[in-house]
Amino acid sequence: MRALTWHGKHDVRVDTVDDPEIVNPRDAIIKITSTAICGSDLHLYDGYIPTMQAGDILGHEFMGEVVEVGTGSTLKKGQRVVVPFTIACGSCYHCGKQQYSACDNGNPADNQDIGQELYGQPMSGLFGYSHLTGGYAGGQAEYVRVPFSDVGPIVIPDGVDDDKVLFLSDILPTGWQAAENAQIEPGDTVAVWGCGPVGLFSVQSAFLMGAERVIAIDHFPHRLELAKKFGAETINFEETKTYEALMEMTGGIGPDVCIDAVGLEAHGLFVDNVIDQIKASTFLGTDRIHSIRQAIMACRKGGRISMPAVYGGFVDKFPLGAFMEKGLTLKTGQTNVQRYLPGLLTAIMEGKIDTTFLISHRLPLEQAPEGYKMFHDEQNEVTKIVLKPGLDRFAA
Amino acid sequence: MADERDDAPIATSKRSDKISEATNKLVEDRDDSLVGQSVTINRPAAELFAFWRNFTNLPQFMDNLVSVEVLDRRRSHWVVKAPAGKTVEWDAHITDEREGEMIAWASADDADISNSGRVDFRDAGARGSVVTLTILYDPPAGLIGKVAAKLFQREPAIQARRELRRFKQFMETGEVATAARNQRQLEEETN
Repeated sequence: MRALTWHGKHDVRVDTVDDPEIVNPRDAIIKITSTAICGSDLHLYDGYIPTMQAGDILGHEFMGEVVEVGTGSTLKKGQRVVVPFTIACGSCYHCGKQQYSACDNGNPADNQDIGQELYGQPMSGLFGYSHLTGGYAGGQAEYVRVPFSDVGPIVIPDGVDDDKVLFLSDILPTGWQAAENAQIEPGDTVAVWGCGPVGLFSVQSAFLMGAERVIAIDHFPHRLELAKKFGAETINFEETKTYEALMEMTGGIGPDVCIDAVGLEAHGLFVDNVIDQIKASTFLGTDRIHSIRQAIMACRKGGRISMPAVYGGFVDKFPLGAFMEKGLTLKTGQTNVQRYLPGLLTAIMEGKIDTTFLISHRLPLEQAPEGYKMFHDEQNEVTKIVLKPGLDRFAA
Repeated sequence: MADERDDAPIATSKRSDKISEATNKLVEDRDDSLVGQSVTINRPAAELFAFWRNFTNLPQFMDNLVSVEVLDRRRSHWVVKAPAGKTVEWDAHITDEREGEMIAWASADDADISNSGRVDFRDAGARGSVVTLTILYDPPAGLIGKVAAKLFQREPAIQARRELRRFKQFMETGEVATAARNQRQLEEETN
């Protein structure tokens, strides 16, 4: 089959690789019909995530048609499914608490060593996201092997377009969980750093959960426009002093809730960010954390911070004093996708949540490397690229 | 002065003299190394004990184990993978056991890799059971060292941890998780 493979920093290629097969009883093989490039794929593309190996197949946002099932799968050939990016067994203690992204068993035993050393306990398995999270082949390919297929994939009713449901795989539940983690109360003012897909879905989710105001922060005018369409007020941090603006816009209180949807590659010319970049390039530190610092400083006393943004390693100049003295609460984590799928599918079917606005480009799988470059270089216009393995070249 | 013993398992001690002292109480002083690892498994202790006690089940999740032949109620024969497609074999016998709770074993005196240990199964309420594997083995040397390096992947504690994770996966999910994309990759991984 054809698949998008990683070979190094800014080097991804479409190669011919071995087809996947049923390996374990609960497996299914999915023929991919749509698969997106995620903002977090850019962290891999930029070489920020350790334990990548040449030839790894990327992609963790995908859906398609069931073409083969193992004896323990509950799926049927021909069904259309969206597959969560988190690989969860459904039977361990954490899955029992619906903490699917903390599943004990999704990650192969040998791969768990790295996470245990780095983080104290091993990570669960994710598709196409380094060997830290299992080394599973991802879905930017013609076919993918899906383990524990009786637990993860959600069956999509006939007649519902791929574009409407594809983002159930990651970014919609991630934006939703970000808002849920912030424990939004009616009347709250919510500030969201980053108007990428997760930030924009956080904006929608926050309003659905009763937020009175949402203030969205970015530097791409087009992305701020999208946030505005969902009712958010906006701050362009290249034009405006973010902290000062947030304080003024909230009558000197600060937002009740701050959501960091930016993460380890925060952009912008700020002193701390420049130092972080130098440290990252010399391996003294790995993460640029300007957005979370600013969120902690801006958040009102006793407020709540939610951090769907991806961080991988160590940071410094973390304002722990402000965090403690103001009595803030921080919730974060990879998304427990399986927990949110039925409810979010219903919300989509009832028209309460729209996800199709996000898609700016549709490309054939063969053009995936161009897609990565575009997504990386032109973040204003390119909000989301969906790869269609069935699409002819240049048909987009 | 604080008491020098705390409540932590002896295998986690920073002081090698304390570990030696403890192990020497259990076996003759042969400079054995002690490995101790625990895992919590979301299944009843009785079920886990019964599965483990039937030693022929163990190769289903222990990657380096080719086969275990049960010779009688107490004795068994173990075949383990070694480098270059070879195998190493030994006899072991059960030295102690308590139904549903504990199995202790020791290898026969002439075993290539002398080892003994015990596996405990303790009820952990809503979380299932805590399984603790404790192994004492001779530090490897020479040819046997190479075999042991494969067997224990250089670091016995890591190897024990991996075997327990696979045991947990098998008992909780019915299969051992793998990222192999097809049968060929799976065979490469397990050989």
